[in-house]
Amino acid sequence: MSQLLTVAKPRRNTELLLLILALGVSAMANALVNLNLGRTFDNDFFTQIAILSGLSLAFHVVLRFKAKYADPVILPVVVALNGIGLAVIHRLDITSGDTAATRQWMWTSLAVVAAITVIWFLRDHRILRRYTYISLLVSVVLLILPLVPGISAGNVNGATVWISLGPFTFQPGEIAKITLAIFFAGYLSSNRDLILLAGKKIGPLQLPRMRDMAPMIVAWLASVGVLVFQRDLGSSILFFGLFMVMIYVATSRVSWIFIGLALIAVGGVAAYQIFPHVARRIDVWVNAFDPAYIGADYGSFQVVEGLFGLANGGLMGTGLGQGSPDKLPVANSDMIIAVIGEELGLVGLFAILCLYALLIARGFRAALGTRDAFGKLLAVGLSFAVALQCFIIIGGVTRLIPLTGLTTPFLSSGGSSLLANWIIVALILKISDAARRPIDVSASSSPIEQLSPIDATQKEVPSP
Amino acid sequence: MNDLSLVVTILRFGFLLLMWVMVFSVVAAMRRDLVIGRKAKVGAPTARQARKHPELVEEAPPAKIAARQLVVTEGPLTGTTLELTGVPILLGRAQEATLVLEDDYASGRHARLFPQGTRWFIEDLGSTNGTFLGGTALTRALPVELGVPVRIGKTVIELRP
Repeated sequence: MSQLLTVAKPRRNTELLLLILALGVSAMANALVNLNLGRTFDNDFFTQIAILSGLSLAFHVVLRFKAKYADPVILPVVVALNGIGLAVIHRLDITSGDTAATRQWMWTSLAVVAAITVIWFLRDHRILRRYTYISLLVSVVLLILPLVPGISAGNVNGATVWISLGPFTFQPGEIAKITLAIFFAGYLSSNRDLILLAGKKIGPLQLPRMRDMAPMIVAWLASVGVLVFQRDLGSSILFFGLFMVMIYVATSRVSWIFIGLALIAVGGVAAYQIFPHVARRIDVWVNAFDPAYIGADYGSFQVVEGLFGLANGGLMGTGLGQGSPDKLPVANSDMIIAVIGEELGLVGLFAILCLYALLIARGFRAALGTRDAFGKLLAVGLSFAVALQCFIIIGGVTRLIPLTGLTTPFLSSGGSSLLANWIIVALILKISDAARRPIDVSASSSPIEQLSPIDATQKEVPSP
Repeated sequence: MNDLSLVVTILRFGFLLLMWVMVFSVVAAMRRDLVIGRKAKVGAPTARQARKHPELVEEAPPAKIAARQLVVTEGPLTGTTLELTGVPILLGRAQEATLVLEDDYASGRHARLFPQGTRWFIEDLGSTNGTFLGGTALTRALPVELGVPVRIGKTVIELRP
């Protein structure tokens, strides 16, 4: 693994400029919605812009104090995505008469406050490593919660992933994404060499010892097993992908990719045979345009309407507020990408995808730059979780893969997802702060001391 | 009414433009960040850049004569030479060592000499009596220049061209 050195500059002013631009994007999206739907620019509009600006500027100021060297582009990108999401949900509310936007505003505030709290109180991301096994326990508990009678919100849209907390519902699986990443990072950063080297060798394959792999298998079974019982295919794929990528990054063995793909193939075929709801999803995906499937319950109506919406949008889109997303079921969560594609067109949709790509790339960059194995693995895991989630849901909406119910990070209406993703952003910012902070050279003058610990086998020395 | 629809159309395209301005501003902000280390340069500086920033121009380092052999200058094995071929060398009393030192003051796996770029580095492997490079005990891997004595127990080795 290469050790990248960056020029140490806080670059908080760059962040401020980009943040103002991002707030401009959100404000303009909101303004267009009001304009196109014949709404007046009432107090609500200005309060909402003020809330978003206040929250993100507060975050920016906290970064100035607590994580001076954090990556300057992550926060603006996230604020832009969140702002566009809020505008689109507001737009859908006007058509459907829902109040999802108000809830989303509340959750956004809560999520940003949570992220600020993480930045403020988490002195160093390496502290999280102490909670490796506690994270595993917390993940398992979070994943089992929706199955516990009493707090379970029951079967919602075919999946049992919600719990009800008083008037609110919450999806604990979203938080489990973070705790599982912490567990995998903590466990793999300490036991990577054991998994790699101790064990029987069969031909070219080095098999890890059972006892080194056992906690990983427990984590994997807990996440995939429970999700099979909860019938949430999307999250199941997400956790499995997270597991495979982190073990691949930790061991740098390409074989894990093939093992992972083989397991997905085997698991997919098995799930198709055993679970009727999985088989249903795949049949619906293959025969999406068959009228029998479009009309059926849990049929392909949603995905087909989404595709028609995307087609209606064309290259430039119909303009915010001028499409017809009222035809789409659950337009503000699962299908929000289809709404954006219709109203902003391919050009707008690609801008959104670019923002995601930039966000994820910055997460990987933080992982490359940081100097401890735990931080590297955690940043890769969290960024990859966001990437995979985008792929699963956007791929589902565009009918590249079967549609499974996941939220689009930062855009979809859904409080738990927003909260989890803002906490992920806070963690990545904290890791990037550690990565970009200038190294204290007074103790040692040679870069030899600053070896990246992820690569213990190959000593890195200054090239002449 | 017609005016309003014109404004709406302009704003519609304006918003798409603004989103892409956002994307490209982020990329532009990252561009400087992509520099890997202060020394990373793309190509040689042009004459104009050299005039403006003289610090960009670095004199070519003097051509180094690569070490070709390892010579034992003191100790029981005095006079032994070993060709350096580019593979790491393990020094110590253990039988698997590349140069087996018959020296009671050396450890089994005493030190490791390894090439990196055009230079050779010596690294102590946690020996009992330590490894000395030009008189100072090693605490980390350090480059070995030609003719600088490396002491391991009672044995002294040197790199020669």
